[in-house]
Amino acid sequence: MGRFVNALVTPLLPGDYLDLFHPLRKGADLRGRVMAVERHSSSATTVTIRPGRGWSGHRPGQYIRIGVEVNGVRLWRAYSITSRVGQADGLITITVRAIPDGKVSHHVLRNLRPGTIVMLDQATGDFTQPSRPPAKVLFLTAGSGITPVMGMLRNHQFEDAVVVHSSPDPSQMLFADELHSRASRGQFRLVERFTSTEGTLPVSSIADVVPDWAERIAWVCGPTGLLDDAEAHWEQEGASALLHVERFRPRIIAEGEGGSVTFTQSDVTVDAPAATPLLDVGEDAGVLMPSGCRMGICFNCVASLTSGAVRDLRTGETTQAIDEDPVLIQTCVSAAAGPCSIKL
Amino acid sequence: MSSATIESTRPRVDSAARTAERAVNNRITSTRPEEQSATHASGKANPIAHLSPEDIESIGRELDAIRDSVMSTRGADDANYIRQTIKLQRWIELSSRGVLLFSGFWPAFIVGTAGLTVAKILENTEIGHNILHGQWDWMRDPKIHSSSWEWDFASPAEQWKKSHNVGHHTYTNVVGMDDDLGYTILRVDPAQEWEPKHLIQPITNFFTALIFEYGIAAYDLDVKGFKEGTKDKKEFLSDLRKVITKIRNQMGKDYVLHPLLSGPNFLTTLAANAIANTLRNIWTHSVIFCGHFPEGVETFEVESIEGETRGEWYLRQMLGSANIEGSEVMHVMTGNLSHQIEHHLFPDMPSNRYKQVAPKIRELMDRHQLRYVTGPLHKQVGSAWHKVIKYSLPNPSPERSQLGQVADVLAGKAVRAGVALLHRTQRRQYRRALAA
Ligand SMILES: Cc1cc2nc3c(=O)[nH]c(=O)nc-3n(C[C@H](O)[C@H](O)[C@H](O)COP(=O)(O)OP(=O)(O)OC[C@H]3O[C@@H](n4cnc5c(N)ncnc54)[C@H](O)[C@@H]3O)c2cc1C
Ligand code: FES
Repeated sequence: MGRFVNALVTPLLPGDYLDLFHPLRKGADLRGRVMAVERHSSSATTVTIRPGRGWSGHRPGQYIRIGVEVNGVRLWRAYSITSRVGQADGLITITVRAIPDGKVSHHVLRNLRPGTIVMLDQATGDFTQPSRPPAKVLFLTAGSGITPVMGMLRNHQFEDAVVVHSSPDPSQMLFADELHSRASRGQFRLVERFTSTEGTLPVSSIADVVPDWAERIAWVCGPTGLLDDAEAHWEQEGASALLHVERFRPRIIAEGEGGSVTFTQSDVTVDAPAATPLLDVGEDAGVLMPSGCRMGICFNCVASLTSGAVRDLRTGETTQAIDEDPVLIQTCVSAAAGPCSIKL
Repeated sequence: MSSATIESTRPRVDSAARTAERAVNNRITSTRPEEQSATHASGKANPIAHLSPEDIESIGRELDAIRDSVMSTRGADDANYIRQTIKLQRWIELSSRGVLLFSGFWPAFIVGTAGLTVAKILENTEIGHNILHGQWDWMRDPKIHSSSWEWDFASPAEQWKKSHNVGHHTYTNVVGMDDDLGYTILRVDPAQEWEPKHLIQPITNFFTALIFEYGIAAYDLDVKGFKEGTKDKKEFLSDLRKVITKIRNQMGKDYVLHPLLSGPNFLTTLAANAIANTLRNIWTHSVIFCGHFPEGVETFEVESIEGETRGEWYLRQMLGSANIEGSEVMHVMTGNLSHQIEHHLFPDMPSNRYKQVAPKIRELMDRHQLRYVTGPLHKQVGSAWHKVIKYSLPNPSPERSQLGQVADVLAGKAVRAGVALLHRTQRRQYRRALAA
């Protein structure tokens, strides 16, 4: 039966037609429909999504990748799920904080409308609680780093938890009301820090606010600086085993002059000058490179950039790979802008 | 060679020395015999004789700017356009096929066949052709991407992309390099050598139109190259297998499964599919035919593309293509190949934007006294057909009439064949004599 239907619609797939009627059906690529977009402050938005039938649920603290079209271009980003697990209405929520020049986060803030269909991936991530949360817990968060922790606080009961959370000022504190009311009900002890007036909390002085920090299993999420400091501090104190961190962005890749290119499937790594197309670099290294016109019009040379950055030799613009979202590039008009890997 | 210099979008750019050398004799040369001499000394009839190399490069920069102005503003509206077009096409196809289940009822037959024809045309032109050009790759939608798209056409997308985008778009109208110039079976330019088979090319062309998709499949497969030994046998066989599978799937769908689904209306649905495929073939053949063959389109010598600069490349594209004028619907049905000139200049520009740049291109060409070849569909088709008929005979020559030349060639062939036959008979007799 399946074969018969496939043959009826070749070269397309039955799903291509079914998508016309029911994009969220079971068996379709996982998508979601935006049900509500709620703006909290000048920069934060909570988005409620109904995932398609293929959604297999999540654990508190996990994140999903969302593919949204920003100006016609599909961009994928990861967002922590903040909602309760297994809500009766089947909805999930994420909270997005707009960062300066952020393409997706600003799109969510300004242009995302209920009814929009977005692409989704299944939930993933191991920034989660064990099946029985430990007796003593510390959450150390800053800014939008509160989101995965909010997911945990909404879903778990803790015997003895402390939440140390930094925000720029009270008006920008995410989930402020809910954190206050949960704290007043005794779910956890809340330590707030407002960095615009108090400055950032040095991780090394965590003992000042949480004297027994070293007895607690810690979950830390926030800006790169906080995470780097936390890792250094816990390691220095010999407590690395107690630490869980969640990073929201990869380490910045320095855009040098050229860089070393790895062709992952051919297992070849070579140094590439800043002005040499990757196509030439690959060919010279004996990699089987698809190619065509060699001048950027035929797209026969398209390959996926899985890490690092390349520079479009035509515009000087750089394209950076995001782990979750390999970018297709034209090797004949792209050069290495720092170390990078191409799936060829 | 890992140090190709890059300038603009054209990787292999010439050195300044070569540009200087060209100042003396600009090198996009027409191959039309009557203008051949003009390209040397007087430069009178050469279409670009009045342009200096600096002019040419400045045209190139101007075109780059036009290109950038569009490419940097691609956005949600464009994405929406292609998505809606794909949706529309799928609805038309689905409903036409639904109607054709009742194809025994004549109004259903007519409506269904018409709808299916439109669906197939849209799928091949505005959708398939343009996606395979990478016009929508910027959307980063893996389903609407040149590397993943497959179309409702005999030639597999992969093979078509190779032969079309590389062979044709790179070597546009270069005699001897762009096989699209007559698809290796037609003679459409005086610079192409005349052979006796060209005598019947109006007939060949007519039948090619009817089965265009198979002609293209054979062409993309490079059957000719294989016969002549320029295409590797292993590669050929593997490609051949892919084409056969594709054609089997296509035919199975149109001529077996959908007719079967129609039950008692098997034959009428089969006929509807055959008609839709044939009309689509004739339509796409005509559109493509109009792109490069109407009167006024230039062809080029192989030498003219050696070390070609970006400006020269642009000029070759502009002078080697022809547009079609008409309604919005006509533009969409041709996949905007009615803007062939713009398409050849910017093959990866989203097709819905060609109409926006067309007036600028026309103005630029007018300003530089370059001929912007365009006309209504019937005129362009007529003009291209006129060429097919005209060049079915050898070029006129002062010494001998055209028919005389044909007679000479045929007589020569006949004599050679006769001599060969004679030789063979003699050898056979000789062998028999020996054996006796
Ligand atoms: C596992 C995981 C979970 C995440 N959960 C959330 C969440 O719940 N809520 C949320 O708001 N975000 C979350 N993020 C971050 C989110 O995925 C995006 O990185 C963020 O929204 C920025 O995307 P953008 O398109 O707006 O910015 P881009 O256009 O990608 O970047 C614009 C500029 O900002 C820099 N930049 C990129 N990311 C960040 C960042 N996180 N902080 C500061 N500068 C940055 C870039 O280097 C660039 O210069 C999470 C990320 C990960 C990996
Ligand atoms: S080979 Fe043509 S775009 Fe790269």
